[in-house]
Amino acid sequence: MNLFSIIGEALRALRQNRLRTGLTMLGMIIGVAAVVLMLSIGQGAQTKINQTIAAMGSNLFIVVPGATSSGGFSFGSGSIRTLTINDAHAVAELPSISATAPVTTGTVQLNYAAKNWSTIITGTTPDYFEVGSWKMESGTTFTESDLRSAARVVVLGSITAKNLFNDEDPVGKTIRITNRPFLVVGVLMAKGQSLTGRDQDDNVFIPITTSERQITGNQFPGSIRYMLVQGKSADEMDIAEIEITQLLRQRHRISGTKENDFTVRNLTAIADVATGAAKIMSMVLGAIASVSLLVGGIGIMNIMLVSVTERTREIGIRMAIGANQRAILTQFLLEAMMICIMGGLIGVVLGIGGAWLVSQVADMLIVITLGMIGLAFLFASAVGIFFGFYPAKKAASLKPVDALRYE
Amino acid sequence: MPLIQTNHSTSPLIRIENLCKSYSLEDANGKIITNQVLFDINLTINQGEFVAIMGHSGSGKSTLMNILGYLDTPTSGSYWLSEKNVAALSGDELARIRNRNIGFVFQGFNLLKRMTALDNVAAPLLYAGINRSNSRKQALELLRRTGLENFAMHQPNQLSGGQQQRVAISRALINQPPLILADEPTGNLDSQTSREIMSLFEQLNRDQGITIVLVTHEDDIATYARRLIRLKDGHIIYDKNDDVETTLDELV
Repeated sequence: MNLFSIIGEALRALRQNRLRTGLTMLGMIIGVAAVVLMLSIGQGAQTKINQTIAAMGSNLFIVVPGATSSGGFSFGSGSIRTLTINDAHAVAELPSISATAPVTTGTVQLNYAAKNWSTIITGTTPDYFEVGSWKMESGTTFTESDLRSAARVVVLGSITAKNLFNDEDPVGKTIRITNRPFLVVGVLMAKGQSLTGRDQDDNVFIPITTSERQITGNQFPGSIRYMLVQGKSADEMDIAEIEITQLLRQRHRISGTKENDFTVRNLTAIADVATGAAKIMSMVLGAIASVSLLVGGIGIMNIMLVSVTERTREIGIRMAIGANQRAILTQFLLEAMMICIMGGLIGVVLGIGGAWLVSQVADMLIVITLGMIGLAFLFASAVGIFFGFYPAKKAASLKPVDALRYE
Repeated sequence: MPLIQTNHSTSPLIRIENLCKSYSLEDANGKIITNQVLFDINLTINQGEFVAIMGHSGSGKSTLMNILGYLDTPTSGSYWLSEKNVAALSGDELARIRNRNIGFVFQGFNLLKRMTALDNVAAPLLYAGINRSNSRKQALELLRRTGLENFAMHQPNQLSGGQQQRVAISRALINQPPLILADEPTGNLDSQTSREIMSLFEQLNRDQGITIVLVTHEDDIATYARRLIRLKDGHIIYDKNDDVETTLDELV
């Protein structure tokens, strides 16, 4: 018995029943296409989250002023400005911390030539750009000396720059912020949405000193809205958190069991949760798609069983002219596998096409890897062998005399 | 113990001793009913013989034929084909012998549907491991000899009964087997076509020395054979060889 001839026989049998072969294959096609599509959507979501996390900066803490209560009334987080610029400087000196950036915020009206734009203004230190992993599109950030002199310099977010300047290069131009002239020193590269969905690119940044004295003003001088803190290494985030807490308690003279008047949040931990959620979503999608592959496989088994019954006489004839059990088994198994492999190929193509369509229509990030195509394909072949084996075995174990007598 | 002495000096091709066959069936109450079809058959067929096995339906002739062709297994007794004991052979070896040593011709032709006459004739070579182009060449040569070369690319349903049977005979011949087993080969054919088919068998037996064992219930068909065996209720009741007379009383 010659394997190539058996492949030929199997192909011929499939061709003879085009409609049935096609319909059976359809189950496989849909299953594989669904797996590829779902995996690519899941992978896309995961990649998107990873990009966002990378853009956010690594090993980040955010420290916000804590809630206070007065006469039994609790106020929300940040309701009192217990954190100061000096707190930020002190935290930066901790051994486990590489940099900090105090932040004040406000909303301002910007003017340039005839255009005006309202946006969020962030007063901070030059370290902010380092800590937040910002990259420059053009120009530079403001400097330590700008900070000391409370200079009127501004760094624009990409969307703000676009709205005020269109295609003009903003660096070196002067814009007015609440009617005060500011020199544009740099434009940031676009970052996209944050994990919480906020647009991070519609923003302007000025030295925190300038902001406090000239733009937003401050009810409590030196206080800040929050500070970003960057730890030195991912392994020491727990230690860093303890150090920050201890230092701030000391500075704020909180002793014993009294509650903190600030909150330290580990942003990396939040990111981990998001990554984990995306991974679970990916798995759930893949699992749902696998079910359709399984259903397709059962369809194949069903059709192959019908086929074995219908072709009992043919099997008898083949045995009478010298086919051994292995030859019959091989032929039927090959038929099932060919349905799976061809269906798998078409399914992969359709899955990729579908993923592309989703990325176009729903504006989602879709990631297709060779691995997931291989996986879908492998799974399809395994389904073929698994569900094809029983009918093939049934065909091969027929007794020649019974098979020949079958009407 | 061979009962039949023939004047053919050749060695026995088929030797059967004390062969029994029974089927077990389960009735509606789950009780096993045993139905014995063949009783203590002893038979020797030599190379080059042309044997007709006759009997009414239910006489066990088809069962005997299936056992001779390795399509079915005996319940007890021994069967040697070319001095090989069937009981000692594995399934693969049986398939191999069906492929190489036995050619089957059936009443219903049993061609593979939706395959050309050529591919049908070539089919046994597929299981003999011969490549497709070679096997098609051989198949075409056989169709030429049976006068069907112009129908090589026709499918069975485009052929007449006689043509289909000739395709089936070509298929049986392709591996040049020493033995052809024909189960009612003319059962579905008109008398003219039957005669043609039978002369083809006669010619194969005479010119190529192929042993032919034929099952039929038509007397005129049986006359083509040189030896006649009658079965009744699972017993051989008659065995007459044109070449040598045998005492039949011993057989009953």
